[in-house]
Amino acid sequence: MNCSIIRYIICRVLEFQALFLLLSAVVALIYREQAGWAYVAVAVGCFLVGWLGKKLKPRKNQFFAREGFVTVSLSWIILSLTGALPFWLSGEIPEYTDALFETISGLTTTGSSILPNVEALSCCNLFWRSFTHWIGGMGVLVLILAILPLAGGNNMHIMRAESPGPTVEKLVPRVRHTARILYGIYMVMTVILILLLLVSGMNWFEATTLAFGTAGTGGFGVLNSSIASYNLSSQVLITVFMILFGINFNVYYLFLIRKGKEALKFEEMRYYLLIIAVAIGLITWNVRGMFDSIWEAFHHASFQVASIITTTGYATTDFTLWPVFSQTILVLLMFIGACAGSTGGGIKVSRIVILFKLIKNEISHMLHPKRVNQVRFGGHVVPKETWRAIQVFLFSYIVIFFTSLLAISLCNLDFTTNFTAVATTLNNVGPGLGLVGPLGNFDVFANPAKWVLMFDMLAGRLEIFPMLVLLASPAWRRG
Amino acid sequence: MQIIIVGCGNVGSTLTEQLSREGHNITVIDRDGEKMEAVATQYDVLGIVGNGASFSVQNEAGIEQADLLIAVTQSDELNLLCCLIAKKAGNCHTIARVRNPVYVKELPYIRDELGLSMIINPEHAAALEISRLLKFPSAIEVDTFAKGRVELLKCKVEAGSPLCNLPLTDISSKLRCDVLVCAVERGEEVYIPGGNFELKENDIISLVASAQKANEFFKKVGMATNRIRSVMIVGGGETSFYLAKMLLPMGMDVTIIEKDKERCNELSELLPRALIIHGDGTERNLLQEEGLENMQAFVAWTNLDEENVMLSLYAKHVSKAKTVTKVHRIAYDEIIASLNLGSVMYPKYITAEYILQYVRAMQNSIGSNVETLYQIIEDKVEALEFYVGKQSPVAGIPLKDLELKDDLLICCINRRGQIITPGGQDTMEPGDTVVVVTTNTGFNDLKDILK
Repeated sequence: MNCSIIRYIICRVLEFQALFLLLSAVVALIYREQAGWAYVAVAVGCFLVGWLGKKLKPRKNQFFAREGFVTVSLSWIILSLTGALPFWLSGEIPEYTDALFETISGLTTTGSSILPNVEALSCCNLFWRSFTHWIGGMGVLVLILAILPLAGGNNMHIMRAESPGPTVEKLVPRVRHTARILYGIYMVMTVILILLLLVSGMNWFEATTLAFGTAGTGGFGVLNSSIASYNLSSQVLITVFMILFGINFNVYYLFLIRKGKEALKFEEMRYYLLIIAVAIGLITWNVRGMFDSIWEAFHHASFQVASIITTTGYATTDFTLWPVFSQTILVLLMFIGACAGSTGGGIKVSRIVILFKLIKNEISHMLHPKRVNQVRFGGHVVPKETWRAIQVFLFSYIVIFFTSLLAISLCNLDFTTNFTAVATTLNNVGPGLGLVGPLGNFDVFANPAKWVLMFDMLAGRLEIFPMLVLLASPAWRRG
Repeated sequence: MQIIIVGCGNVGSTLTEQLSREGHNITVIDRDGEKMEAVATQYDVLGIVGNGASFSVQNEAGIEQADLLIAVTQSDELNLLCCLIAKKAGNCHTIARVRNPVYVKELPYIRDELGLSMIINPEHAAALEISRLLKFPSAIEVDTFAKGRVELLKCKVEAGSPLCNLPLTDISSKLRCDVLVCAVERGEEVYIPGGNFELKENDIISLVASAQKANEFFKKVGMATNRIRSVMIVGGGETSFYLAKMLLPMGMDVTIIEKDKERCNELSELLPRALIIHGDGTERNLLQEEGLENMQAFVAWTNLDEENVMLSLYAKHVSKAKTVTKVHRIAYDEIIASLNLGSVMYPKYITAEYILQYVRAMQNSIGSNVETLYQIIEDKVEALEFYVGKQSPVAGIPLKDLELKDDLLICCINRRGQIITPGGQDTMEPGDTVVVVTTNTGFNDLKDILK
C-alpha cells in the first residue's frame, strides 16, 4: 500500500474542506453571527494541516485500486470529523457525537437529523448543513479530480470508489474532463433551481439551502416543517428537480452533445420514471380520501414519492399518518433508490433491474439447461463481473442491514422505528416511519446506536465496498 | 462479354462453368496454379496464376478489354482491392464478394463509395432465400420477380390432394384461384403444361402468383399455410445469424443449437430474443429436450453435409416441420433429391445465381432485355423477366393472336405494379414487364418468344 500518496491526497482534501468552511464563515459574516468564528478556526486548522502535509511530496506516484478505495473512505471519514467541529465548537450542538451524526448525515446526503428544533440553529450552521449535501451529492474527490491533477493517470480508481452505481462510465476519454462535465452539469442545474425558487417567492437564504438539499438529494430543510410551509409552486419545483437530480447524469450529457434520442432511450431512466409513475398512481389512489381534492392528493403523493425514491427526504406532510399500503410503498422506494450516476442513494434502479433480469434468465436456464443467455442492460451485455459484483453487493447490503438492525434494537424502540431507521440511513433517505418519521428525529437513539447508523450512512453513500475494504485486512497487507 | 474471375474456389468455378456455357469469354486468376489449371482445363477458359489485385496480373488478363471483373477470393479486402484496381485500370463493371458480417450494414455504402457494381454476401443471400421459403411453408423453393411483387413457388402435389388428376384449366374455374402453373416436373421429365394438362401425384409444380394469391391457393388445395411460428436451426454460423435476424421480427420463435461455446456467447449477444442452446445438434436427446417435435420449421445448417441430411431426415421423421437442408457437394444431388428432404440448398449456387442474374441484367444494356433470370429447374427450365420496349413487335397484340414458340408460357404481366395473370385476351403494353417461362434456353429479347 502506498501510504504516502494517500496522505498527500487527504491533505489536498483538507485544503478543500477549509475552502468549504470559509464559505460558511462568509454566510456568518453576512448575518453577523458569532458562530462564524468556529468556522474560521476550523478552516485555518484544516488548511494548516493540509498545507504542511502536502509539503512532503509522496515518495511514489503509484496508485491502484487498493489505494483508491482507502483514499475515498478515509477522506470521507476525515471530512466528517472535521466538518462536525464547527457545530460542536459553536455550542449549538453540544454533543460531539450528535454533531458528527449531523455532518455525516449531511455529507452522505441522508438528511436524518438529531435536532428537535432546526430553527434554533444560526444561519451559518444551517447553511453548512445544507452545503454538505451539495458537496456530498456529487462527491468531494470527484470535485478535486475535476480541478487538480491527482495521482498520475490512475484517477479512475478514485472515481469508481466514489461514484454510485454498478459501473462507472467515462463520458470523455479523460477522467478529469469527465469529472468537470459532471460538476458543470451539477452546478448549472443547481443555479437554475436557485433562480426558479427565488422567482417562486423564497428568499435568498431559503432558495440556496433548499436547492443544495435538492441537488444533493439530501433533505435538510431550514424549518421544522421541512417543505410544508412553502407555497405550492415552490413545492412543485422541488418535486420536479428532485426527480431530475435522481436521473443518471450521463443522460444530461447526451442532451448536451445533442444526442437527445439516445438520452430518451436510456433504459435505467425509463424504469426509474416508470416506477415513479406507478408509485404516485397507487399512493394517490390510496390517500385520496385524506385530502380535499384528488389534485391535492396527487401533489402530496408525487412530492413524497419523488422525495423518497431519490432518497432526498423532504416532506410536505406527515406520511406516518398515511395508510399502511402507502407507507409500505414508500419504504420499498427507499430500497430501490435513484439511478446510478445520479446524486441519489439506495440500491439503485439499474441494480434492481439487472437483478430482475437475472431471475428471468435463471428461470429460462432451468427450462433450457443448455441455453446460453446473457443479461442485457441499456442495449449492452452486462459482463459477468458486473452482475456478480451486484449479487455480492446485494448480499453485503442485506448483511449490513440486518446486523445494524440487530445492533440498534438494543435501544428497545419499536420495530417500525428500528427497521426504517436503518433503511433510511443505509439508503441515505432521511426520514423513516414511527419515531423517526418526518416530524420526529434521531435523538431517540442512544449514542452507540447513532454510531451504527453513522457507519450505515457512510457505507450507503460509498456503496458498501469502500468501507468494507477499509475494514478488511487484505487492504493493509504489506507489498 | 469479356469476364475476369478472380479466385477459383467453389463459387469461382461454379461461375466459370455457368458463364462459359452461356457464351462469355472467361479469364480466371488464382494464386494457386493447380486449382487454376483444373478449372482452366475443365471449362474452356484462360487461366493466369497470380495475385488478382496486382495491376500487372490484371493487365495480363486483359483488364482493358474486360466488361466485368468478379472477385470471389477468400479475403473480403482482397476482393474489394481487386475491384478498385480493375475499376481504375479497365473501367469495367466489378462484383466483389464480401462476407464479413461487420460490413453487412455498410455494403450499400461501400458499393456506392468505391464505385462497385455489386457486392454479394453469400451467407446473407442464403439466409434471405431460407427466410423466403419459411414465409411459404408449403413451397419447396421461392423466388421473386417484379421487385418482390410476384412469387415463383415450387411445391409438390401430395397424394390425396384435390390437385391430383385435375386439368389445369379447372384450377381457375373449380378452385377459383388466380395462379398459373408454369412448369411441371414428373420424375426426370419436365413439361410446360397446356390447359388440358392433368396433374398427378408426386408432380412438382412451379407456380406464379402474388404472395396473397399464393397463400389463398395453398389454403384451398389443403396444403398447410399456417404461418410458421417456431424454427429450430442447427449450426450457428453467419447464415443462421442472418436468418434469425430476419425471422425474429416476423414474430417467429428461433432456437439455434451451436457446438462452440464462444460462438454461443456471441450469438446470444447479437440475438437477445433468440434461444441459443449450447450443445451438439446431432444429439437426439438434446433435440427432443428443445422440442423438435413441435417445431414448425427445421434448418440443418452445419458444416457437414452428412450431418445436415441425417438431421433433416430425423426431423421429418419425428415432426411435421418444414425442413431446409444445406448441402455443399453437388455430386450426389440425384440421391439427395430422392430422399424426401424438403428444401435442399446449395450455398455456392445461391451466390453464383445472384451473380449470374447481374451478368444477365448487364447484357441488357448490351443487347438483351432480360431483367431477371431464374433457372427453375436446373438447366431445363428458365423463368425470364423482360421489359416491353416501345417498338417491341409483341406490344399491343392479344396473346392468343401471337405466334408463340412451343414450350413457352407467359406467366404474368406487371403493369405499373399491378400483377395480371394473363389470359388470351390480355396484351403486353410498352412499359410492362413480363415473366416468361420456357424450356428454350438462350432467350435474349422478348421478340425471341415468337416463332
